[in-house]
Amino acid sequence: MNFTNFGRYILLLKSVFRRPEKLKIYLKEIAKQMDYVGVGSLGLIAIISTFIGAVMTLQIAFQLVSDFIPKTIIGSVNRDSSILELSPTISAIVLAGKIGSAISSEIGSMRVTEQIDALEIMGINAPGYLILPKIISGITMVPMLVIISMFLSITGGYIGGSISGAVTPAEYIQGITTDFNPYTITVALVKAFVFGFIITSVPAYEGFYVRGGALEVSQASTRAVVISCISILVCDYLVTQLLL
Amino acid sequence: MIEIKDIYKSFSGNDVLQGISGKFEEGVTNLIIGGSGSGKTTLLKCMVGLHQPDSGSVLYDGRDFTPMTYEQRIEVRKEIGMLFQGSALFDSMTVEENIMFPLNMFTDQSRKEKLERVDFCLERVNLAGKNKLFPAELSGGMKKRVGIARAISMNPKYLFCDEPNSGLDPKTSIVIDELIQEITEEYKTTTIVVTHDMNSVMGIGDYILFLHEGKKFWEGSNKEIAHTDIQELNDFVFASRFMKAAKDKF
Repeated sequence: MNFTNFGRYILLLKSVFRRPEKLKIYLKEIAKQMDYVGVGSLGLIAIISTFIGAVMTLQIAFQLVSDFIPKTIIGSVNRDSSILELSPTISAIVLAGKIGSAISSEIGSMRVTEQIDALEIMGINAPGYLILPKIISGITMVPMLVIISMFLSITGGYIGGSISGAVTPAEYIQGITTDFNPYTITVALVKAFVFGFIITSVPAYEGFYVRGGALEVSQASTRAVVISCISILVCDYLVTQLLL
Repeated sequence: MIEIKDIYKSFSGNDVLQGISGKFEEGVTNLIIGGSGSGKTTLLKCMVGLHQPDSGSVLYDGRDFTPMTYEQRIEVRKEIGMLFQGSALFDSMTVEENIMFPLNMFTDQSRKEKLERVDFCLERVNLAGKNKLFPAELSGGMKKRVGIARAISMNPKYLFCDEPNSGLDPKTSIVIDELIQEITEEYKTTTIVVTHDMNSVMGIGDYILFLHEGKKFWEGSNKEIAHTDIQELNDFVFASRFMKAAKDKF
């Protein structure tokens, strides 16, 4: 995103946060988007998180082969990695692919078929009506998905460790309950909030300013996912640097 | 009445509109005609505010639209209905929801009142009973008619139609033209139709503004158009052998 695009992105966000024409209709749209972003992504996040947790346990166990290191450390490392990094970031990148491309194509198709012009002509704030419900659903549902992801990733580690014998259930439980710092949850939720905003607003921007036809819509969709993923990683570093 | 004064618009140094002026009266069908790339759709978009003209003004019953703030424009836009070239129906909504959408946004009518209005609009465009269909289930002509029904749902003072006949067979085109003319006369709307369909020009052109290479070349009615000796206009209107023969007979 160069400076011109960044400027246009900020101006678009300014229009997005204008006062809604009718709150009731916006609330209905927000509920619809929350269902799509949250409930619709639950299965995917559950599968990914459980397997990542399980694989993490096996890899930590493989790398920490020493008589001087207690096996309980496997649980601790898995817990902190899942909460601080894997659950927010991997979930966000997966959601950028799933939700980001859908948002970009939906808004892009509306642009090329003049549906956005039709909204404007009716006197409706098109950025507000189309993008605000998506951003609100992103910043509320992505943190919820991340909380579920944390829980499932740690559970996945337990299952993976138990099945493979890399760590006993008792050692794993002892590991995840020792020296737990609740602040890590706060850091993860701040990340999830920021990522939720990126996942919805960047693709919306790409879709909103599409010019052309089907080819341009698909190109915008690809661009939206790439820019979202890069933005997620940059923000991940910045938030981690600021909060830890 | 809508009046445009000295509208200029360029894109990346390319002058698309060069000082267009005109007056569009209410209760008559006003046509903007011209060849491809003559600037007619750009002019329409400048009039409704989808493009900002570089200079000039657009007056809606004396209210200058161009310098208006966003909030002031919203008030004018509530009085505008527009039929788009591709109909621009919201494809995730049924016909009923499409027509009801502006009513939901801007009125406090009860659901019953809104449904009655939807039924009335659909009946007006001869599509009674098609409420629950989705745009994907409609033919091109039906989509245009639903587009008109949506455009008139808020009782607009100003009706804009961008190429209402494009992609339609001649018979359906006439149906759409007649519908636009009937609505214009019935509701006394200021109707502006952008077209290059010669049947429309001859059939419903009460006032015609001819654009050529971004400039206004001619204005008049469909009765006067056959008697003009402007070369560019004759080349455009009587381009086909059939039209040429018709003119010679006339």
